[in-house]
Order: sequence, then structure tokens, then C-alpha cells
Amino acid sequence: MNYDEAISKFDPVLGLEVHVELGTNTKMFCGCSTVFGAPPNTHVCPVCLGLPGALPTLNKIGVESAIRIGLALNCQIAQWCRFARKNYFYPDMPKNFQTSQYDEPIAFEGYLDVEIDTDEGRKTFRVPIERAHMEEDTGKNSHVGGATGRIHGADYSLVDYNRAGIPLIEIVTKPITGTGKYAPEVAKAYVAALRDILRGLGVSDVKMEQGSLRCDVNLSLRETPESKLGTRSETKNVNSLRSVERAVRYEVTRHAARLTAGDSVVQETRHWHEDTGISTSGRIKSDAEDYRYFPEPDLLPIAPSREWVEELRASLPENPAVRRARLVADWGLSEIDMNTVVNSGALDLIVEAVDAGVDPAAARKWWTGELARIANDRGIELEELPVLPSHLKRLEELISAGSLNDKLARQALEGVIAGEGDIDEIVKARGLAVVSDEGPLLAAIDEALAADPAVAETIKSGKLAAAGSVVGAVMKATRGQADAARVRELLFEKLGVSE
Amino acid sequence: MSDLIKKDASELAGLVASGEVSAVEVAQAHLDRIAAVDRAVHAFLHVDTKGALASAAAVDAKVKAGEKLSVLAGVPLGLKDILATNGLPTTCGSKVLDGWIPPYDATVVTKLREAGIVILGKTNMDEFAMGSSTEHSAFGPTHNPWDLERIPGGSGGGSSACVSSFEAPLAIGTDTGGSIRQPAAVTGSVGVKPTYGGVSRYGIVALASSLDQAGPCARNVLDTAMLHSVIAGHDPMDSTSINSPVPDVIAAAKRADIKGMKVGIVKELGGEGYQAGVRTRFEESVALIESLGAEVVEVSCPSFPAALAAYYLILPSEASSNLAKFDGIRFGNRVGDDGTKSVEQVMSETRAAGFGPEVTRRIILGTYALSAGYYDAYYGQAQKVRTLIKQDFDAAFAKVDVLISPTAPTTAFKIGEKLDDPLAMYLNDVATIPVNMAGLPGMSLPIGLAPEDNLPVGLQIIAPAMADDRLYNVGAAIERELLAKWGGPILGLAPELAGA
Repeated sequence: MNYDEAISKFDPVLGLEVHVELGTNTKMFCGCSTVFGAPPNTHVCPVCLGLPGALPTLNKIGVESAIRIGLALNCQIAQWCRFARKNYFYPDMPKNFQTSQYDEPIAFEGYLDVEIDTDEGRKTFRVPIERAHMEEDTGKNSHVGGATGRIHGADYSLVDYNRAGIPLIEIVTKPITGTGKYAPEVAKAYVAALRDILRGLGVSDVKMEQGSLRCDVNLSLRETPESKLGTRSETKNVNSLRSVERAVRYEVTRHAARLTAGDSVVQETRHWHEDTGISTSGRIKSDAEDYRYFPEPDLLPIAPSREWVEELRASLPENPAVRRARLVADWGLSEIDMNTVVNSGALDLIVEAVDAGVDPAAARKWWTGELARIANDRGIELEELPVLPSHLKRLEELISAGSLNDKLARQALEGVIAGEGDIDEIVKARGLAVVSDEGPLLAAIDEALAADPAVAETIKSGKLAAAGSVVGAVMKATRGQADAARVRELLFEKLGVSE
Repeated sequence: MSDLIKKDASELAGLVASGEVSAVEVAQAHLDRIAAVDRAVHAFLHVDTKGALASAAAVDAKVKAGEKLSVLAGVPLGLKDILATNGLPTTCGSKVLDGWIPPYDATVVTKLREAGIVILGKTNMDEFAMGSSTEHSAFGPTHNPWDLERIPGGSGGGSSACVSSFEAPLAIGTDTGGSIRQPAAVTGSVGVKPTYGGVSRYGIVALASSLDQAGPCARNVLDTAMLHSVIAGHDPMDSTSINSPVPDVIAAAKRADIKGMKVGIVKELGGEGYQAGVRTRFEESVALIESLGAEVVEVSCPSFPAALAAYYLILPSEASSNLAKFDGIRFGNRVGDDGTKSVEQVMSETRAAGFGPEVTRRIILGTYALSAGYYDAYYGQAQKVRTLIKQDFDAAFAKVDVLISPTAPTTAFKIGEKLDDPLAMYLNDVATIPVNMAGLPGMSLPIGLAPEDNLPVGLQIIAPAMADDRLYNVGAAIERELLAKWGGPILGLAPELAGA
């Protein structure tokens, strides 16, 4: 059974649950730091360790982030809602219950439109969103000994509670129907669009590889869009965009193979394996699993005022998809060029430069070219480079005035990154200037012709391409400061050749 | 026996502040008393001799330096073993926490320390505050100083007994359904459950989060008010803590004037099921209140008969979740971890061995009540009853300033008498539970001995939320008349304890 065969026989129904770790400075219910990568069990206190007697207090930034996410996903925001306790025993849960939300989520009934390429061109799919709710993250178990790193066969387990209590938003879609064979692409596009929105809101660093954005893929198949929903599997830890697409494809194929063979699909949790691209069975999950939810008595209900909600709505950034479409039009880019820009993480930096008056093409060239190379060499993020929109603006002015060329401009940027001051200071200090005075250029041309006596005749015979080696020699002699076009003109004048 | 132990807290504070007596002498006198009588009473689970003398010495140093002291500086206190104390064991009367030493102080404890109050040790209690007799302590029962064969009430029997046996002039209790007031009633002492949210719950091991409230225990109304004023107030660490000024309870205790007040007798809290002597003393108190110029009327709270049933759904539900953390993984006793068992097995064995029968009973009850398919019928229904109880109180307080009832239906019963009959035990709190369900403040005040058994009877006074001061005003007015009538504190009538 391959995917095409599977999808020709069945109609897939998707469901996506995304957990987002918020980028708040402190945890959801205590003042502990949320910084990633600290030594185990150093970002803990009586509250997030669940010590007897400790009580939670609510992180207001967490609530604000949840509301902004809800608004950005076109959700309604609850007038009044509560936290609930989700009771189950597990060693990574300090209190043996998770403070979450149950039947009163902060945000509900939204949608997100995603665009994908189809056989009929680009097409929009509307992903219906059921809810976005607040909860706390658990600690992290690691199982030591044994071959698999899993709990079975391990010698012992260690628990790190640094992550316990970090604010999470869980965003749950309604069943996504009508995608047909595009289910994998829609799933991927949804998570990508969600990631862009969350990044645009500045509420999370949305790093899938560090677990700050985690995705579970629910999938079921039915014979036709009219049939009732089939049994679903829930694939956990699908932690890259590529894997979202692959996991859907894999599960569609796996379900179809079972159903075609007359087997039933088991309702279960499955683990996704990034390396091998398959899922394996986890624990059997039934609807009868009973978390004994009840309203959290240690926290007050949340009743966000309508004024506050509207204030947050008014201050939302432009939807990334809308913004992207607008910039593609404004800058005259292709979708592929725009993808390069977005994937390089340079979009905001280019927008800033353009807003400061830099030509979009030039801003894009610098940020996705030279500056991306430098950042990459140094292993840092683009934003970490000390290059400001004003630097690029001045650079472009000097280039259009002919006083800098590309090579010199790159040297000026190196100066900026080395902290040597502003562009004009660097140009002056490093002596960067295009030489267009005829005297020194003519002398350099004479020198170059003398060094290669045959070349003058070659050019005169009409092989103008040979001029390149002379221009190159002049550029070398002037350490790149010559105006190459001017050198070429002077050379042709001297030899009496016209272009 | 030093006569310091018989003195009121306010008097001791005055003696310490003036330098007439050192706080160390006061602490030592009480430590000596504990050494002499606590083998018989068993009010304390841990006595912190070193810590008590050190904090007393610190108060003395302040006296010498002429620093300003808070109202109860240098006065000793017994602390219910449910409040987290940094560096001092906190067991909640349970084997599951045996050996746990908290790394932090409850907010109430911080306030006590800052006020220079000398913590003598941790007092006995029913395991995780579940009980009305202190017989459910994993470390053995506490005995009532009035009759060592009888219970001192519960769950805070250690706190009421240490106060009434003169081991400490002050104690802190917690009250989820009556655990401060019922012990006060059966030991002839004063106890107050403040308005829910009036005293921080941070660091108090939770039984039922929506009902728990810490409060003061003492031998008279003024001392109780002073301790109340020390521990009350908003705490940002407790989301349910009320952010408004603490009522001036000390001024109210000093005012003691109820002329013109309207006092309501709750019709449903009395009559059948209440011991004859309890009724007698209660009726005398009503007459006394009228003689002081207050108007007494009867009010009906028709939902109260359902309070006990609703309470025994809400409390176990919350408790089943609150007590889930006691699994031996991160703190406390761990049982069965021999290197061959799974974490689930170790958690299970730890809990089976660590919890006593009453705790187990309530965890099972609460787990059941919260289960899918039963939630609406049990927990949901109980919350509706809770709303009705609040409405009953609202209607009553539209007519009267305070409500009164007997605190407990009987005087202290014999140890062992009700241990095998949970329902009979639960009935002890029938009059106190509605107050917790509505989050209101309540006081128990000694009003005499029941003629048939010569054991103390308590009067319950109930006020609207954040009107805790009314309890003290009414209580002090009644107390003044009774002291005059008795010729001294009622505890003077208690038998001398052997060993003293």
C-alpha cells in the first residue's frame, strides 16, 4: 500500500494539537525562570515542585499571551473562565495533577486559513480551531540504561523539574475535513502558519527542535466524506514541519493498509520517530480515561475585561500570511524569492531597512547574501548582527553616488560589524573610495598593458572580452578602489575601440 | 509550677516588653510545663526547645536595645503541624510525611516569627486534618485536659489541648469544617476561623482548598484577637487571599458592647441531636445577650440540613486531588523501593502504607465523586447546595448582625467512642460546616460546663465575610459577663494535671 493508493480509497480526517511554550520570563504559577538549558532542577521552588502547602499565583503575561494568540486565530475570548485540575499520577508531574483548562478555555471557535499549491494552482483551506487553552508544562523524564532510552528496560529514571510549570498554550483544531489527498500539505502549512503567527506575536520562540512548539497529529480515515468518522490514532512528538507532513502521509498509509486488510485501527497514542520516519505504538488510549477534572480552587476565575481584549486586538501585528502577500506585491518578488527571505529569518530586518528608505531589492540582497553569510560563519542569528537600517541606507547612497562599489561596501559592513563606527567614519578611516580620477587609472592601465603586450592587439581585433583581464589587473593594482566601468571606458578610448 | 503559664498572652507580652520578665523565662516556663504534662496530654508532636529559646532570646535582645516590639512579642505558641516550618518537621499527623523537613515557611509562620512570637513546637492533629477527635493522628491521640480519657476535639486537638492545659497561651489551628471551633468548644478555650481569604493559606498543607482557613486559638477573646491581627492580611502568594484591610479585631475585643445589635439564632442549628446541657448553656447565653441590650431573633436557614452531605462531597473531592502529591517520589516517606519495582508500584505502596483509614476513606470517596459520569450528580450537586447555603446566610445577614448556635452538638466524648462510626464522628461538625461552605468568619467561645458531665460547652458566633471584628465584639461582651459570674476563667475549673 502506498500513499496514492491509500488516498484513492479513503477520505482522511485530520486533527492537530499544538503545544506552544510561551516565552514569558517566569513560569505560569511561580517566579522561577523559564530559560532553556539550565542545569537540572535549578529553576525550581516550592510552587513548581508541588511541595506541600505551596500555592499557585497566575502569570498575567501568560494570560495576555493566550488572549493574543486566541485573537490572532480568530477565536472568541471567554468572558469568564477557570483553570481546572487534570488528575493523573506521573513522576514528571510534581502535584500529580496538571493545572490546565477543561470546559472553559480562554479562547474558542476560531479558524486559520492556509494556502498550499495544488494541481489547480494555489488554494486556500480553512482550518477550524476548537480552542486554545492555558496550562502548565510537566517536568522531563530521562531514562538511564537500557537500549532504547525509553522507560522499559531502563536501570533508573531521572526527573528534571526545570520545565515543570512553564506556561503552555494548547491549540486544538476541530476535525479538519475536505483536504483529500492534500492532508499532509495542509497539516504542514497549518503548523507553519501557526508558527509564523506565534513568532509575529512575539509570544514564543517557536523552536520545534527545542520543544517550544510541539505537535500531535490525530488522523482517521473513512470510506467517503459522507461516512462517519473512523477510529483515530494520535501521533505524538512530531517535532519538525517536515515530520508533520511525513507523519500524516505515514498514518494515512498505515491506516489504509489495516483497513484494506480487514483489520481495525486501534485507538492509541503513537510515537513518531524522526530518524526512521515511522510511528510506533505507545499506550492504548480509550475515551474512558478519566482525569477527574474539576475547577482549580487555588486560583481565581479569569474575567478579561472587554476593553482589555479590544486593546489587545487593536495592537495585534498584521497576520503573517496577509503581510507576506502584501510584501510579495509591493516588492515584486516571486513566491520562491519570498520563501528564501522567510526561511532565512530576514523578513523583519528587510522590512525595517525598506521602512528606513532602502530599496527592497538592495535590502534583500544584503540580508540574504553577505550578512546571512557572515551570521552563518559566526553561528549567530541575523538579528544579532549590529547592522542597522541606517547603515544599509548610507551604504546604498554611497553606491548610487558611485563613491563605493560592491566590494568596498562589503568592507564597510565588515567595519560596522567590527564596531568601527558609522559608515562614513569607516569609509574615511579605512580609506574606502572608488578611484575615478583619470591620472592614476591611466597609469594603471598603461602598466597592465605593458605587463601583457599581446592583449592590446587582441582587443583591437574586436575581441572585447579580453578587456576583462586588463580591468582585473587595474582593480588589483588599485586594491579594488577603481571604478571598473570607468576603467573599461578609458581602456577602449586609449585603444580607439568602440563598444 | 511557674505562675507565668497561667497568664494571658496580652499580660505576658506586657511583662516581656517592660523587661519585668524575660522572654526566655516565659519560654522556659512553658517548655517545663510541656515536659511535665505533655506525656499525659500529647498535644505536641515536636517540641523545638532550641528554636524556641533562640527566638525568645532574640526578643529579649530587642527589649534591651529598646526596639519597638509587636503586640505579642515573646509570647509562646503551639503551631498545628499542618503549617510548613523551615527546618522543623511538618507531618500533618501522617506517616507519609514522617521525616519531611520543609525548606520554607508558611506565610503565617513568617508573620509569627516577624512578630517575635515564640514557636514552642508543632501540635498534634488528625491526619491531614481529617477528623473531629485527633484520634486519627498516626502518632497517637491527644487527650482532653478536662478528662484525659476524652477527646480534645479535632482536627486541631493538639492546638486546643496545648492552650487549655497551659502548655502555651496561644496556638494556631486550621479550620476546614470546624477544626478550630469544635476543639475550642470541647476544651473550654476560644478559637476563631477567620473569613476565607483573610489569612494566607500559603504553606498550609491543603486539605480542601476552598474551605481551609488558619486561625487563632487562645484562652480569652482579647488574646485571640491579638493573634488574629498578627496572622491576617493580604498575601500575594495566595491567589484567594483578600486584598483589603484587616478588620480591627483588637479594638472590637476591647469595645465589647452589643447594645442595639441584632443577633440571630439559627433555627436549624440546635434542638434535636444536641445534648441537653449544651442546650441549657446555649439558652442561658441567649438570655445574657438580651440582657446586654441586643435584640435576639430566630432565623431560618433551610438549606443547612444538606450542608453536611454536600461538605462530604466537596471536601473529599478536593482532598483526593490535593493529596495526590504524597507519592514518595519527591519528599517524605518512600515505601517499597527495593530497586525491582516500577514507579507506579512504589507510589502505590507508599500511599497504601502512608495513609491511615480515614484519609484513605476520603480519598476513595473524592476520587469516586469526581469520576466521569458521577461528577454532576455528586460534586456538581454539592456545589449547588453550597450556593444555597450562601444564599441562606445572605438572607439571614440582611436581618441580623451576627448569628449564633452551639458550636458542637455534644461535649467531649470518650476516646474510642466514635472511632468506628464515621458518620457519628462527622456529625460533630454539623453546626460549624455551613460557615466554611460560605467562607464566613466564626468563633467558638466557652459558655460554661454542661451540668450532666461538667465538661465545657461552646457558643458559636458567625459574622458576614470580612466582618470578623463583630465576632470579637460580641464574644468579648459575653465573656466579660461570664467571667464576672464565674469569678475567673473557666479553665480554672479544670482539674490539675498529674505531673504538674
